[in-house]
Amino acid sequence: MRIPGPLQFALLTIAAYLVLKAPGLVVQAPVPSSLVTLYMFFAVVVILLAMTATEAGTERLFGPVRRLFAEPGRERTRYTVVFAVAAAAALITYANLRPSYEAPVLARTVHPAPPRTMDAYGRTFDLSTLENPLRRLEKDDPQRFEEYVRQGGTIYFRNCFFCHGPKLDGRGHLAKGLDPAPLPFAGTDTIAQLSESYLFWRIVKGGRGLPEESRPALSSMPAWEGYLKEDEVWKVILFLYEYTGNTPRRWKEEKG
Amino acid sequence: MTTPIPHTGRRTTGGLFLPFLLTAAFLALACLGPDPAHAADPAGPAGAYQAASPHLYRHIKGVNPRVAVWLVAQLHLWFAAFVLAVPAFVLVMEAAGVLRKDERYDRLAFEFIRLSTTAYTLTAAFGAVLAAVLFAFYPGLIKYMSRIFSPTFAPYLLLFVVENACLYAYRFGWKTMRQGRAKLVHMGIGGLLNLTGIAIMVIANAWTTFMMSPGGVYQSGLFSGRLWEAINNPLWNPLNLHRFMANIAFGGSIVAAYAAYRFLGAGSDGERAHYDWMGYTANFIAVAALLPLPFAGYWLTAEIYAYSQQMGITLMGGIFGWLFIIQAVLIGALFLSANYYLWCGMERSDGGKRYTPYIKYIAFVIALCFLVWFTPHTPQMRPSEVRAIGGQYHPVLGPLGLMPAKNIAVNIMILFTFLSFLLHRRSNLEATVRWAAFGKAAQAAIFSAAVLNITFLGVYYGYFTNTVYKVASSVPQVVTTILAIAACTAIDAVLFRGAKRTGPVRWGKMPARSQYALVLLAVSFTWLMGLMGFVRSAIRQHWHVYGVVRDTSAHAFTPSITYATRVVSIGTVVFMALMVFIFYLNGRKRDEGLL
Repeated sequence: MRIPGPLQFALLTIAAYLVLKAPGLVVQAPVPSSLVTLYMFFAVVVILLAMTATEAGTERLFGPVRRLFAEPGRERTRYTVVFAVAAAAALITYANLRPSYEAPVLARTVHPAPPRTMDAYGRTFDLSTLENPLRRLEKDDPQRFEEYVRQGGTIYFRNCFFCHGPKLDGRGHLAKGLDPAPLPFAGTDTIAQLSESYLFWRIVKGGRGLPEESRPALSSMPAWEGYLKEDEVWKVILFLYEYTGNTPRRWKEEKG
Repeated sequence: MTTPIPHTGRRTTGGLFLPFLLTAAFLALACLGPDPAHAADPAGPAGAYQAASPHLYRHIKGVNPRVAVWLVAQLHLWFAAFVLAVPAFVLVMEAAGVLRKDERYDRLAFEFIRLSTTAYTLTAAFGAVLAAVLFAFYPGLIKYMSRIFSPTFAPYLLLFVVENACLYAYRFGWKTMRQGRAKLVHMGIGGLLNLTGIAIMVIANAWTTFMMSPGGVYQSGLFSGRLWEAINNPLWNPLNLHRFMANIAFGGSIVAAYAAYRFLGAGSDGERAHYDWMGYTANFIAVAALLPLPFAGYWLTAEIYAYSQQMGITLMGGIFGWLFIIQAVLIGALFLSANYYLWCGMERSDGGKRYTPYIKYIAFVIALCFLVWFTPHTPQMRPSEVRAIGGQYHPVLGPLGLMPAKNIAVNIMILFTFLSFLLHRRSNLEATVRWAAFGKAAQAAIFSAAVLNITFLGVYYGYFTNTVYKVASSVPQVVTTILAIAACTAIDAVLFRGAKRTGPVRWGKMPARSQYALVLLAVSFTWLMGLMGFVRSAIRQHWHVYGVVRDTSAHAFTPSITYATRVVSIGTVVFMALMVFIFYLNGRKRDEGLL
């Protein structure tokens, strides 16, 4: 027996919704509700488009609906369907508008744009050309490089790990008290996509030092220029990349 | 066919003379010489610009100068894009009519150019108004720009006059130059019309891109005197290419909307068939130009990043990151509506039924790509969701927010849109060559290999190697897509040579909903152009000329996304309303013996 069009539409819509809910149930990583709304809107649109691409499909989907509202003797079913649809809409609306003590969702600039230049440690850094001065040791003097990485690790665990966590995953002791949450460094989608000069700027200037171009960007990151020396910042950066197995973003391929 | 109405010479005369009058007005404005006091300033133009701050901006009570310039510039650009694009495919269609000896192409091309001519008057009108509001509200900036680009003004105006003359000669000479050598002359005029149109666009692009990536000036703003450096600035050519291709796609979509408008109001089967064919052709043009457009956009963005990391990050990851999500949604709407139109079109012939079962799979893949395309790297989350996930980045969806995932998605979306076109094309054909099965298998193999290669390149180079390769890997992805499309098209052409027809193509047998897909295509294109135009311009932030001439007006702040989308939406509604009026006027014109 072939499933009636409206039922098939409803089943496909529910299936799409369940797929979106699966990450929350299976890997404890729920899809954010803002994305579920967006995804569902387009899932419904695509299901409708695919089902109405042919005349037969359109008739299969809308034929029963038309008959329900046009044919006499179907009053009871008609009123039941109308009531059910209205009740579902009311429930969804209530669920979305129900007052909550939770802080509202805030659209913000997560990835602020760096300035061209930055003043720190008594001089001006050109961020478009700035490179980690210790990076060349990776090839020239691997032993010293490893030592700097180790020192960077010590600096990290003395200063940064409270928020960014022992696994560099942004889940430190204080992380749950912060909104927005601290940046995770593990994985291939955060610092692996950034140049070392970008990290240098963010660490040195923190949230307070964001330039006008980068507003609005909330950040509870301290400005470390008052607490760490320049070479200590570079060492921490070496550690962040080494520990997570990432390589910093470069604009040009290294020669040799 | 269209209902003939008496043709009034009055409207034509007005249409002819208005652009000339507006040109004269623009010329008068452009000839305003530099302020002698500024010219003598030893600090150079930028120093003069900053020093004379009280005279840099003018105010008219009750008028927001930024919004006035923004809306007028956008309306001018929409109309300009349309009138620059239409002659390009009109000429191709006219040539196709001559080569195939098929009068239908000639009639269709004529109807297209007729639409363009009406829009041309409005383009010129908005161009003149734009010049006027720029001079009125931003005299300081205009004087600075004039000091550098004044040598380009005369060629620009001359080209405008030539384009004007060519357009009217091309449009009104269509009937008298239909046969023999006169036809070749007519096509020559069409070629000149296109060349002047492109030249006008690239000159205007030089002014626009100079404001983003100034060349030929010192940091102080002082002009070095090297005009070519100012013109050939880093973003000039990427924008030239992107705008040219986008104009064609946009022009195609507007003509498709016109065809839909006429189809829905058609009074006879013949008229319906004519406008169905017109809609199909225009949709084909729009989609053909849309497919390579993401690549041109990628080049432009890469150049923006290369020129200024700050502008690049502001564009894609900073405050405009959310507008790119809206952009992704609108691009998805473009792809979906174009595909939906093709799917509906498969029912024009009986043979199309063989392919309709595949629609749901194509829809599924396009939907999947579409969802990846607009997944943000850092979604908006409630604090409870942040706690549940353990941070700002979703472990599953986070990687989909990066460009490698989006490059995979857009390339596969393009390939599957091409597949829709391929199935639509062969819907009433049956291959008769002996190697038909082998040919189809080869096409399937090429297609599958392309999808695998695109996915591998995106995943491996995007996530598992140094990021220096990430951007570079997009080039072989694009090459893969283009090669797959070219190879499958070539095989298809040979495969279906002398093919058996399964039945006639019943032009006009299209449901009304397919026509609304064409209207959606045009509206999405218009909206998209407006939003992305705003983003391109707004990444300069508080600079008139990036890094050189600072915007010191009260409106130097970056507007919120809500505000910006409202302004662009108002512009879109005004533009579409004017286009519908043009559709209405065109529908009332007599057919002049061609339609």
